[in-house]
Amino acid sequence: MSRFELDARRMLCPMPVIKTQNKVKELAEGDILAVVCTDPGALSDIPAWARINGHTILGHEENDDELTITVRVGG
Amino acid sequence: MAKQHKAVALISGGLDSLLAVRVLQEQGIEVEGINFYTGFCVEGHTHAIRNHDKDKQKRNNALWAAEQLGIKLHIVDVIEEYKDVLLNPKHGYGANMNPCLDCKIFMVSKAVEWVKEHHKEGFDFIITGEVIGQRPMSQRKEVMPIVAGESGADDILLRPLCAKNLAPTKPELEGWVDREKLYDFHGRNRKPQMALAKQFGFTDYASPAGGCCFLTDKNYSDKLVDLWEGRGSREYEMDDIMLLKVGRHLRPKPEFKMIIARDAGESKYLEGYRKQFVTIQVISHNGPLSMVDGKIQTEDYELAAGIVARYGQGRDAEEVKVEISVPGQDVQTLNIKPLSIEQVLEEWHV
Repeated sequence: MSRFELDARRMLCPMPVIKTQNKVKELAEGDILAVVCTDPGALSDIPAWARINGHTILGHEENDDELTITVRVGG
Repeated sequence: MAKQHKAVALISGGLDSLLAVRVLQEQGIEVEGINFYTGFCVEGHTHAIRNHDKDKQKRNNALWAAEQLGIKLHIVDVIEEYKDVLLNPKHGYGANMNPCLDCKIFMVSKAVEWVKEHHKEGFDFIITGEVIGQRPMSQRKEVMPIVAGESGADDILLRPLCAKNLAPTKPELEGWVDREKLYDFHGRNRKPQMALAKQFGFTDYASPAGGCCFLTDKNYSDKLVDLWEGRGSREYEMDDIMLLKVGRHLRPKPEFKMIIARDAGESKYLEGYRKQFVTIQVISHNGPLSMVDGKIQTEDYELAAGIVARYGQGRDAEEVKVEISVPGQDVQTLNIKPLSIEQVLEEWHV
């Protein structure tokens, strides 16, 4: 299991979702991806994307204007 | 055991594609969704920007639709490839800068490509939520075969909501899909779709009348044309098309345009462009951030600052202090009198 970070700052949805989707394709089952965003819409969209595509949201943190959503690849 | 047939569906997030998928799921077809992001999709775009949008429900309708349907959704960034569709539409534009027919052909052709790339997963055909007569340009009966032909989809393109009004496609002829259980919807009346949505238990779907593309919007198209004319080139980048949705746009001189935030949310969004563009802000009073797109000469700073000051709380002051920030240079300040409402000419507004 490896941990990765994706910079999706200043991108507006659905770009953070697309970037997450494309990054996850390169990762292995069980890897952890922390997506750092500034569009609050990502808090709805990335979990929705994860649910329908079989990935797991481990949690999210809000810090000033940034939002970090942590995804585990796979269930 | 009979083969499980699979289809890939173009999902916009609207009601029609939602229904088209469900109609096929009712026939036991396995469906996955595909959604193409051109950069002009209304979806999401301005969620995060304006203050008054903050409380609106934030959801991507394509993802929402996929979740309702229990299908996978693949979102594909086609921003770069879409430029050619917008700039050189073989079939022309609609009422505004919307190349709807070319766009539909492009999206179906991308779906054909996607099916080929994923041939190991065994997709047999493509479905869309098109309804004859629903849209004046891209969904007329006579253009349906054009979309199928020019996209390369030919007889593997099935439109479940209006299939009975069209020639049978391969999925119907091969018996993968029962044509009798498809529909014959046509025209702009949405009642049949609403009735079908009710039958399937869909209640919270995206606005049936809502368009899905900014290019169908006159104000947006006008700003896009102004951008091209101002630059003398029809090239554009993602940032350009995002910025057309933000702020008031005024072009006081042919060489430059000003984008003036309409609220704190937009000011915050424009902050992100400080390193790329000249920005102007009144600092002696509360006021919006403004950025300059194009080439502004030093002698025009006073004019630009006067315009920005007009939209701040110091608009009636005798003098306000304005900060002008040019990337890579020291910040300059100016003391100026805000322009009066009459001095901000109507024709400057894009």
